[in-house]
Amino acid sequence: MTAPSLASALVHRRPAFTLGRWLEQPSVFSWLMVTPPVLFLAALVGYPFFYGIWLSLLDRPVASEGTFIGLGNYAQAWHDPVFWQVVINTFVYTAVATLLKMFGGLGLALVMNQDFRFKNLTRALLLLPFIVPTVLSTIAWQWILDPAFSIVNWTLIATGLIHPPGPSWLGNPHLAMGSLIVVNVWRGLPFYAITLLAGLQTISPELYEAATIDGASAWGRFRYVTLPLMKPVIFIVTMFSVIFTFADFQLIYVLTHGGPASATQVFATYAFDIAMGGGQLGQGAAIALTMVPPLALLILAMAIYLRPDKTT
Amino acid sequence: MTRIARRNLLKGAGGIAAILASGSGPALAQEKNVHWLRWTDFVPASDALLKGKVVQEAKKQLGINLKMETVNANDLQSRITSAIQSGTGADVIMAFSNWPQLYADSVVDVGDLAQEIGNAQGGFYDVSKQIATVGNKWIGVPWTVGGGLISWRVSWFKEAGYDKFPETWDTFREAGKKLKAKGRPIGQTAGHTFGDAPGWWYPFLWSFGGKEVEADGKTVVLNSKETVESIKFAVALWKETMDEGGLAWDDTNNNRAFLSGTISATNNGASIYIEAKKKPDVYQTEKGTPMFKDIQHAPIPKGPAGQYNSPGVFTDMLMSYSKNQPAAKEFIRWMHSPKVFGEWFTSQQGYSSGATKMWEKDKVWDIDPVLAPFKDLPNNGRLVGYAGPPNRKAAEVVTKYIVVDMYAKAIQGMPAEEAAKWAHGEAAKVYV
Repeated sequence: MTAPSLASALVHRRPAFTLGRWLEQPSVFSWLMVTPPVLFLAALVGYPFFYGIWLSLLDRPVASEGTFIGLGNYAQAWHDPVFWQVVINTFVYTAVATLLKMFGGLGLALVMNQDFRFKNLTRALLLLPFIVPTVLSTIAWQWILDPAFSIVNWTLIATGLIHPPGPSWLGNPHLAMGSLIVVNVWRGLPFYAITLLAGLQTISPELYEAATIDGASAWGRFRYVTLPLMKPVIFIVTMFSVIFTFADFQLIYVLTHGGPASATQVFATYAFDIAMGGGQLGQGAAIALTMVPPLALLILAMAIYLRPDKTT
Repeated sequence: MTRIARRNLLKGAGGIAAILASGSGPALAQEKNVHWLRWTDFVPASDALLKGKVVQEAKKQLGINLKMETVNANDLQSRITSAIQSGTGADVIMAFSNWPQLYADSVVDVGDLAQEIGNAQGGFYDVSKQIATVGNKWIGVPWTVGGGLISWRVSWFKEAGYDKFPETWDTFREAGKKLKAKGRPIGQTAGHTFGDAPGWWYPFLWSFGGKEVEADGKTVVLNSKETVESIKFAVALWKETMDEGGLAWDDTNNNRAFLSGTISATNNGASIYIEAKKKPDVYQTEKGTPMFKDIQHAPIPKGPAGQYNSPGVFTDMLMSYSKNQPAAKEFIRWMHSPKVFGEWFTSQQGYSSGATKMWEKDKVWDIDPVLAPFKDLPNNGRLVGYAGPPNRKAAEVVTKYIVVDMYAKAIQGMPAEEAAKWAHGEAAKVYV
């Protein structure tokens, strides 16, 4: 066969190259789909994150060049008693609030899963704390817990349960932490309840029927049907909640600004005060970044739990 | 339809080429823009003046398009930091307290302008000058001096047996005890607030002879006999005379508490009185008379080491990233001139003192004698960081609430000696 005839044969056998066909190849198309979000994440999450790490290694007052001091900022935080108070506060705040949200949210979801009058309206209202912008609802809480005009104290005094002036909800270190946790739970409960409710509705009624026939009580049905099937959902919601609560800022900044005497100061508020108020960007970045290892462990746990081979 | 003739197009293109070559637009198209960022004023009438008449007059008299922006006091510092970091933002920014010292490397030296204004208006107060200078460099043009005096209920003190406001801490404590027994405590914050908490606890410390650092700005001396004495007195004062909810107060709680008649005295700007006077039907005494007639202002009492206040100094910074520096300078000169500034100063009704001594004689102080004591504030003022300079380190001590928390911790039960030791250790870490 001569060369030109070979070429013409090949042209006939192979479909002509078109951009559309090339793009449709799975290996190309998948990259095409993945690239924009990767670029987006790299620009808006990756860059600030790595810039933050770089900042934390500098003695970098605002508006000046900064000098490299290695782990100096971390060492300074290590020797700062306020920092350790911040660590304890953050863990207490996160642990207590998350546990309360988990049990409360599960309870609420179970109730909402029942049939009752105005079910849909109640479900919609349930979402309100989650929908209202945090700063706005927190300002309302500020009034509810106000040292002079607290409606809680007013009610308790009016009913004769306590003597005036009543407790200082945001002024006493323990009460302040307790109040913040209550407000956080109030705001975060709907997220739990609605997500768990969605999970509950995927459980087939036949399983409950089978369990009932086998003689399972209400508790038995919950223990052996609901709970095992809900476990993945509960796990994921809890992880998300821990991450959000751990890095909480708005609520604490508005209600106590970390006071009284740093009793409610957490990572985010302390880092903000040091970086923005004190102009010590390096130190602020270091404090903020100490949040990363515990959160990274959580994300790792979540990633392991969600591995495809585990779910199949 | 209009036809574009080739000849006309060439003419136009020639014009554009000429503009590009010269690097500047035709005179008519060149606009002068200045962006001024301030916090939302506690006296709304002053903001209305700036956003209305001042913007119009700047356009008319200087040909400057003034973009007047106000933000919440708590948000201003983050705006400044991000503007500096990104190298873009307002041309002129209002700074409160010792902020200019934090941003000294990012502002233009305005020495010529500041000295011209200072000389023409009787000279700047020391506090204003200290804040606005680093060595010989002027890092801002002083704008005003605000600050706190104690607003007090005349009739309640009279009932307790005091015709005038107590001048010393001992008399203050005695009076406060009697008032608290009647359910009329003194109200003061010991929380994390940017204004009222440092504004009270720093002068309190100084009046007992305590200070955070020596004049060298390096040797921390906070843990002293005087400081411990002041803490012990503060704890007693808190228990015996004060509204104990103050640990949770922000900068607005004492205003509300005073206006609703739950406290008898509080250290604050003139805003309580101004608000009460504006709404005599809303804010009344228990006898149904307008409350503003029952309010007077007095300085923070005298201690063994003297009598002080911590003035809130305001400064206009010209940012070095600004591309409109000539116009911004022209604007600052005009805005700080007696005629224009005078109008703003009058709108404040006594809420602010001037930054220069000329304004002590202004007729605004004759309008309302209740506000007249505010004009003496800058003269008795000391700045945070005393006896050192009000620099970046001093700002960090304020931001970490070290002095405020020292008192707050003791109020919550930490022994005075331990609280002083803790605060000293924290301050020493800042002044390394």
